[in-house]
Amino acid sequence: MKPPVIEEVPQTPAPDPATEPQKQRLDVEIAAEASGLAQRFLLEIGTEEIPDWMIPAALENLRLLFEKLELPHESLRLDATPRRLVLRAYGLPLRLKDREERVQGPAKTAPAQAVAGFARKLGVLPEDLVLEATAKGEYYSYKKKVPGRAVKLILAEALPGVILGIYFPKTMYWTGKGGPRFIRPIRWIVALLGEDIVPFEVAGVRSGALSAGHRRLGAREIAVTASDYEQRLRDHYVILSAEDRREKIVSQMARIRVKKDPALLETLVYLTEWPKPITGTFDPQFLQLPEEVLITVMRHHQKYFSVEDASGKLAPQFVAIMNTESDPEGFIRRGNERVLRARFNDARFFWDSDQKKKLCDRKPDLAHVTFQAKLGSYLEKAERMMRLARELGGDAHAVRAAELCKCDLTTELVKEFTELQGVVGGLYARVQGEPEPVWEAIYDHYKPESMDDALPRNRTARIVALADKLDTLRGCFGVGMIPTGSKDPFALRRAAQGVVRILVEGKFELPLFDLIGPDENLRAFFEERVKYYFKDIRGFKYDEVNACMAAGWGNLVDLEARLERVQALRPTPDFEPLAASFKRIRNILEQAKWSGPSTVDPALLEAGPEKELHDEYLRIAGQPVESTIAKLRPKIDLFFDKVLVNAPDERIRRNRLMLLHTLREEFSKVADFSEIVTHS
Amino acid sequence: MQSFQEIILKLKQYWAERGCVIQEPYDTEVGAGTMCPETFLRVLGPEPYRVAYVQPSRRPADGRYGDNPNRLYKHQQLQVILKPAPVDVIEQYLGSLEAIGIDLKQHDLKLEEDNWEAPTLGAWGIGWQVMLDGLEISQFTYFQQCGGIDLDLVPAELTYGLERLTAFLQVKDSVYDIEWAPGFSYGFVRHADELQYSVYNFEIADITMLWKLFDLHEGEATRLLKLYDPKAPDKKRFPLLPAYDQVLKCSNLFNTLDARGAISVTERVGVIQRVRKMAVGVAQAWVDQQGAAAAAGVAQ
Repeated sequence: MKPPVIEEVPQTPAPDPATEPQKQRLDVEIAAEASGLAQRFLLEIGTEEIPDWMIPAALENLRLLFEKLELPHESLRLDATPRRLVLRAYGLPLRLKDREERVQGPAKTAPAQAVAGFARKLGVLPEDLVLEATAKGEYYSYKKKVPGRAVKLILAEALPGVILGIYFPKTMYWTGKGGPRFIRPIRWIVALLGEDIVPFEVAGVRSGALSAGHRRLGAREIAVTASDYEQRLRDHYVILSAEDRREKIVSQMARIRVKKDPALLETLVYLTEWPKPITGTFDPQFLQLPEEVLITVMRHHQKYFSVEDASGKLAPQFVAIMNTESDPEGFIRRGNERVLRARFNDARFFWDSDQKKKLCDRKPDLAHVTFQAKLGSYLEKAERMMRLARELGGDAHAVRAAELCKCDLTTELVKEFTELQGVVGGLYARVQGEPEPVWEAIYDHYKPESMDDALPRNRTARIVALADKLDTLRGCFGVGMIPTGSKDPFALRRAAQGVVRILVEGKFELPLFDLIGPDENLRAFFEERVKYYFKDIRGFKYDEVNACMAAGWGNLVDLEARLERVQALRPTPDFEPLAASFKRIRNILEQAKWSGPSTVDPALLEAGPEKELHDEYLRIAGQPVESTIAKLRPKIDLFFDKVLVNAPDERIRRNRLMLLHTLREEFSKVADFSEIVTHS
Repeated sequence: MQSFQEIILKLKQYWAERGCVIQEPYDTEVGAGTMCPETFLRVLGPEPYRVAYVQPSRRPADGRYGDNPNRLYKHQQLQVILKPAPVDVIEQYLGSLEAIGIDLKQHDLKLEEDNWEAPTLGAWGIGWQVMLDGLEISQFTYFQQCGGIDLDLVPAELTYGLERLTAFLQVKDSVYDIEWAPGFSYGFVRHADELQYSVYNFEIADITMLWKLFDLHEGEATRLLKLYDPKAPDKKRFPLLPAYDQVLKCSNLFNTLDARGAISVTERVGVIQRVRKMAVGVAQAWVDQQGAAAAAGVAQ
C-alpha cells in the first residue's frame, strides 16, 4: 500500500507548528498528534549513482531493517533515485512509553539482611518492596519504572547499523582498507525527527539537514525540513518518487508508438532523477538490417525505446530518456543519433562481412570454440545434438538445425551482440537458403529463456531446443558440474526448466528418465525442477504434486493430466476422508514392514466389512478414480471401524495386509493419496 | 573548433591544477593506461599519489585496417589517478568536461554501472561508464584490488577515450576525420600504423616466434621474482620495475597471439593465469619493497 504523497508548498522559514495553519496534512498524522504521536522522520542516504537494478530490493531491505527497530509509527514510505535512498515515517513518538519491570527478590522466609540487600541494590527502601505469591511461595519483588527512551537517541544509535546493514549484491569500500562497505560512496545524510537533526556519523559523513539537487540542474546543497523535503527536491530537479518518474516518462511518450518494454522502463526510472523523453531518427536504409539486430542495439546498448509505425513495423525512430529538462539546441538529440548511426554501421559491417562465409561452412571452425574444457568443442556438441535430435524423433530438418545452430558463435555479429546468439544463426540460415523449419529451429533453439518466454515455435524447433539443453545437462552433470546455491554458471536450472516446459506444454510424451540417463544427481535435479514447475509456476498444491509424483513422473504429460484430475477431485466430499484412510493404510503397512507381492486369498476373508471391501475392489478395479471414490469410501470406513487388521491368526493378518496393499496399489496409479495433507 | 591536441593540453592543465603529476606515456606496449607502473604499482601501498598521463593503448584484436570509423588498434587514453579519491571526485571529473568546453546543462549525462576487471592483473574495481548524450566517454573506477591485494587507500581512476571525446566535440562521424592539430587530421597522423599493424597482427605475425618471445619474457620475470628476497637488507635495489616490464611484454604478446587466432579458448584461461601469476608476484614484492623503503624513510 502506498501512503498518500504530501504535496506541500515550500515554506521558508520553517513553519512554526503552533501558529502555522496546516491544511494539507495527512489524516493519520492528525490522528497521531491527538495521541501524542506526531513526529515525522526523514532519512535520506545520499550516495553516488547506485546501479538501477539494485535499488528496489535495497529499499525493501531498508524497510525491514527500520521495522526491526520496533518504533511505533503510523505509516512508512520508501523512495529512491540513483543518488538517494529515502525512508520517511509518520507519527513517531518523541519518546517511547514508560514501562514497568518486575524484579524478583528473595523469598519471604529469607533473612532480613538479604531483603535489605536486595532493596539497596535497587536503590529503594525495604518498605517499597511488595510480597508476591508465586508457585514456589511468596517472594519479595519490586516494580521498577523504566522511563521510555527518546526516539531521537534510539535512532541516532541504530541508524548507522541500519544504513550499513542494507544488503547489496556487490559492495565496495572507499574510505580506506577495512572501512565501511556500501554499494557506492555515501556522500551526505539527512536525518530529521520533526525539526531536530538525529545526530550520528557513518563512513565519516555526519547526518544533517542538507540534501543535494540534480547533479547539473540543481544546487549542490539544499536545506530541507522533514515536511518540505520532497518539494525542495522537485525545485532542484529531482523527482523523488519512482512512480512519478515512471508516470512522467509514460505520459510524455503517449503520443509516440513506442514498443512496450517494461524492463527497460524500470531501468530508466532508476537511472534518472529528472527523466524526459526525446525522439530521434535514423536513416531508413538501416531498416534493411533485421529488426532483431536494430532493436538489440537500441535496447541493450543504448537503452532506447524502439518505435513502430501504424502497421506494427519498426520505424526509423527511437526514444531516448534524458536525465535533464530540455534540449533547446538539439545537442542531445543529435549526439544520440550519431552514436546510434555508428552502432548501426558497425552492425551492418558485421552483417556484411559474416555473409562472406556461410553458416554451414563455419562448422569446422566450431572445433576451435570450446564448449567446456572437459566436454570438448562446440563441434563435438553439435554432433552429439544431431544424434540426440534423431533419438528424440526429429526429422531431417531437426538434425540439420542441430548441425548448424551453434555455427553463429563464430560470426562477428554474435561476438559483438552475444545476446543475439541463435537469432543471428536463424537469420543467416534464412538468407542463405536453408528450409524454413531449419532456420526457424536455429532461431528458436535457446528458447524458452525464462518462465515467461515462449516455447520454440514448432515441433522441429522444440526437438532441437531439447537436444541442446539435454546435452548440456547430461554433459555438465557427467563431469560433476552441479549447480550449488546461487552458483550456476552454465544456467543449468534454466536449461532443465526449459526441458520441463517443452515436454509438458509441448505435449511431448517422451520417457524423461531415458532422456536424463542414469545419473542420480541429474535425476534429483530434475525432480526439483518438475516440482517447482507444477507448484510455483502452475499453482498446484505441494501435497498434490508430491502425491502425483509419488505415483511416477517419468512422463510429464501424464503427470500433468493426473495433477489436474486430483485437483478436480479434491473439493469433492469423499476425497479427504479417503486420503486420510490411505494415510492410515500406509502407516499400517509400514509398521508391519509389509512387502509384497502375493495375492489376496478370498477364502481367508471374513464375511462382512472385509469381504465387502474386497468385493468392491474387484468391481472397481481398473475404473477411473473419479467414478469409484464415492463407492469405495464407505467400505473402507466400515472396514477400519469393524475389522482388526492385526488378527491373532497370522495367515488372516497377512491376508488383510495384502488386501490393503492391493487397494493402495490400485489407487496409486493416479497419485499416492497418502501424501495428501488432510485436515480431519 | 578545438583540436585533438588542444583537448589533451586542456585536460592535462586541468589535472595539473588539481595537484597531479603530469607524466609522459610509458615506453612499453600496454593494452590500457591502467597497466602502466604509474597506475598498477602506484595504487599499491599507503602513499597518496596523483598522476595524469596520456597512454597510447594497443589492442591488437580491435584493429580494423583503418577501415572502421570507430575502432582502433591503438587509441589514446587519458589516465588520471587520484589516490585516495577525494570526496568531490565526481564533481572534479565533471569540471574537467566543462574545462574542454562541454556545457553540461546543454547535455545529458548518466553514470551507468560498469565494474572494471582485469584478470591478467588480478585487479578490479567498482564504477561506471560515463554516458554523454548516449556516448560512452569515460570509465570511472574506484579501485578495490590490484595484483590480488586489497588497496590501503582507494584510488579513483578516470579514463578518457580521447578519440571519442574529440569526435564528439568536433562533430565527426569518423575518428580519422578529427583534427589532430590545425591542418593535420587524425587519419593523416595515424592511418598507416592502423593499417600496417592490422596486417601484421592478423596476417603476418610469426606465431612460433611470438610464443618463443612470450616464454623468454616470462622466464625472465619468473627468474627475477624468484631472486627477490624480502629479508635482504638492500632489497630496495632489487629490479622489480624491470621485472614488471617483462610482464607487460608478455601481456602484449598474449594480446597479439590472441588477435592472430593462435590461442584456443581452452588455452586462453591458462595463459591469462600465467600472466596474472607474474603480475601478482610483482605487486606483492613491490608492496614489501616499498614498505621497507617507507620504514627506512621514517628512520631517517
